[in-house]
Amino acid sequence: MLDRTRLMAVIRKEVRQFRRDSRSLVLAFVLPIVLLVFFGYAITWDVNDIRMAVVDQDHGSRARALVDAFRAAKLFRVVATPERTADIRPLLDRSVVRMVLVIPPTFSKDLGAGRTAHVQAIMDGSDANTATIAIGYTQALVQQYGARLEAANGPIRLPVEARTRVWFNEELSSSNMIVPGLVVLIMMIIAGLITSLTIAREWERGTMEQLAATPVTRLEVVLGKIVPFLVIGMVDVAVTSVVGVLLFHVPFRGNALFLAGPTFLFLAGTLGLGLAISAVSRTQLLATQIGMLATFLPGLLLSGFMYPIENMPPVLQLITYFVPARYFLVVVRGVFLKGVGPGVLWGQAVLMLVYAVALIGLAVRSFRKEIT
Amino acid sequence: MIAPGRMERVRELVRKELLQVFRDPRLVRMVLVAPVIQLLAFGYAVSTDVRDTSTFVVDEDHTQASRDLARSFFASGYFRLAGSSDRPADLVKAIDSGRALVGLEIPRGFARKAAADAASVQVILDGTSSNTATVAMGYAGRIVQSWAQARATGLPSPPLDLRERAWFNPALKSRDYNVPAVIGNVLMILSLMLTALAVVREREMGTLEQLMVSPLTPGELIVGKTVPFALLCMVDLVLISTVALLWFRVPFHGNFLLLLLAGALYLVSTLGFGLLISTFSNTQQEAVLTSFLFIMPLLLLSGFMFPVTSMPVGFQWLTMLNPVRHFLEIVRAIFLKGAGLDALWPQFLALALIGTGVLSLSAARFRKTAT
Repeated sequence: MLDRTRLMAVIRKEVRQFRRDSRSLVLAFVLPIVLLVFFGYAITWDVNDIRMAVVDQDHGSRARALVDAFRAAKLFRVVATPERTADIRPLLDRSVVRMVLVIPPTFSKDLGAGRTAHVQAIMDGSDANTATIAIGYTQALVQQYGARLEAANGPIRLPVEARTRVWFNEELSSSNMIVPGLVVLIMMIIAGLITSLTIAREWERGTMEQLAATPVTRLEVVLGKIVPFLVIGMVDVAVTSVVGVLLFHVPFRGNALFLAGPTFLFLAGTLGLGLAISAVSRTQLLATQIGMLATFLPGLLLSGFMYPIENMPPVLQLITYFVPARYFLVVVRGVFLKGVGPGVLWGQAVLMLVYAVALIGLAVRSFRKEIT
Repeated sequence: MIAPGRMERVRELVRKELLQVFRDPRLVRMVLVAPVIQLLAFGYAVSTDVRDTSTFVVDEDHTQASRDLARSFFASGYFRLAGSSDRPADLVKAIDSGRALVGLEIPRGFARKAAADAASVQVILDGTSSNTATVAMGYAGRIVQSWAQARATGLPSPPLDLRERAWFNPALKSRDYNVPAVIGNVLMILSLMLTALAVVREREMGTLEQLMVSPLTPGELIVGKTVPFALLCMVDLVLISTVALLWFRVPFHGNFLLLLLAGALYLVSTLGFGLLISTFSNTQQEAVLTSFLFIMPLLLLSGFMFPVTSMPVGFQWLTMLNPVRHFLEIVRAIFLKGAGLDALWPQFLALALIGTGVLSLSAARFRKTAT
């Protein structure tokens, strides 16, 4: 079933074919670096620089002090100070500002009389995420200001205090979250999408008949196509990890060996998926469409890379169990940020092994049907 | 000499392309079904709302007060009990293995100290998902504070009261913000890859040369190659919008014709990008890889998942060249704000300029590689 010389011959053919397509080879190594730089430098989940407007109908010194508190906060930028509340709507409509703080005319009077003074924050709710975070910061600023006012009347303390500590990513930097996730996404593109073209290409170019005429077995063809990409994938993971650590100072707290093993399993499974798609679709145009749907999108959406799996509806959560990126992401984040090892991660590795065996088997099966 | 006119030639080419697309029924199915699946996946998966965050509780105090505080966490809906124990070591294990993202540790003597105004509880967050951790941290702080406030009856009423109201999306549902934006992403990925691959396939198979020797001019060739995909994408635009409205019940306050106009303008740039990629690529494999070199930055610098205003200033300027950014602003404003051309003309202008630029650049390159 598996003959070493024949297998080596198929591998040699694949390597030569890929090398001749030199631009593809360059892209396979350039793409991860370009993505990493984009993600690392340009992209952040962090919300900052919220443009806001202030409608100060009070004009008192206390109202100005509250506005100054917003001006001083790094997160906010006061870009407009309209006089009338009627001006709020066009500002939000045109997205000139995301938030409007309204200080009513009775603000100073209420404060002076010891009554509770009201301020209003109107948010552009269309971007729910930014709005939620902005509300949180606004509440904190207003509360701080209130505490400062009260300090004059003698200090008060709340009886219970929450001490929050963040583990693994103390400064909550999003590149610490994104760079390990990116390793997963890049592997989905390289291993899943690019291999999905390889068998379809043989059909389109008519070389499939030649291949069928040779004594190589289906398993040899599939393995022969997997091995070169496995090497490229392993190199890509190593390069992205090193760049992530050196350029973006992402901590690498675990053992590189604990990353290498699961990477191998994950790549094997994803390559099997790509080849199965390729065997079924026969044209490269169709293969990329299916490939996008089956590899890139799940890697981006259903792996927990950016969107927490626990927030998804149950049906979708069930589907994520069939997305190997889900398991690999736990491993990558675990090794990078948590510094955990096989004691915690063995379950993920076993599941990826099962997936790899199943998908390579599927690739071999769907490949045979086509030849006869 | 009576030669077929320009219109006839282009029409014939469009017909040939459509025939070629529809001859492969699986491809047509993909082109129509894939966007809907993408929309469903995006619509359900892309939720930045932080709810039901798995929480591990270590209650070392075992008093009425400590149990009451823990209950107020879960009553809020933001946290979900993932396990509890008496030993802090179990909390470490739960967070290490990813079973819990948040740990709540109530130390011994909590109730006693709370009565004396000096208690503290420990909230531990798994920072590997920085966004969830940031939001959950805010929620946890507020829950503890309001719990304390409710118990401390002697406190005077606070001097300041903040009332927040969110316009356009009062419930702050992230889905209403994301689903309209998916339309922009799906259209971009589809139109760009289809064009790039379809043109490169002709080159790879050698049929592009046959077209070259026909009386078609390169300009006509471009029109003929892109129009079928533009038509398919417009069908997809209507299809996805309908699903977004009927299935996800995303509010639609604007004008549908304006959305179609924006879609047509937008497709000029994305098809142009596809054509541009095809001039760089000799094989379809190369075209796929090059497509990703375009798709990822277009996607990431669009404001779809990551706010543009948080990017470094240089990148913010770069996003001005990104048609996806302008289209997303248009789509979101039409859906959620009901904005019209009076508010959106800068984005329309930007789309028109980018489209013209990209299309002329790729046409020039196409001519050069064709001859």
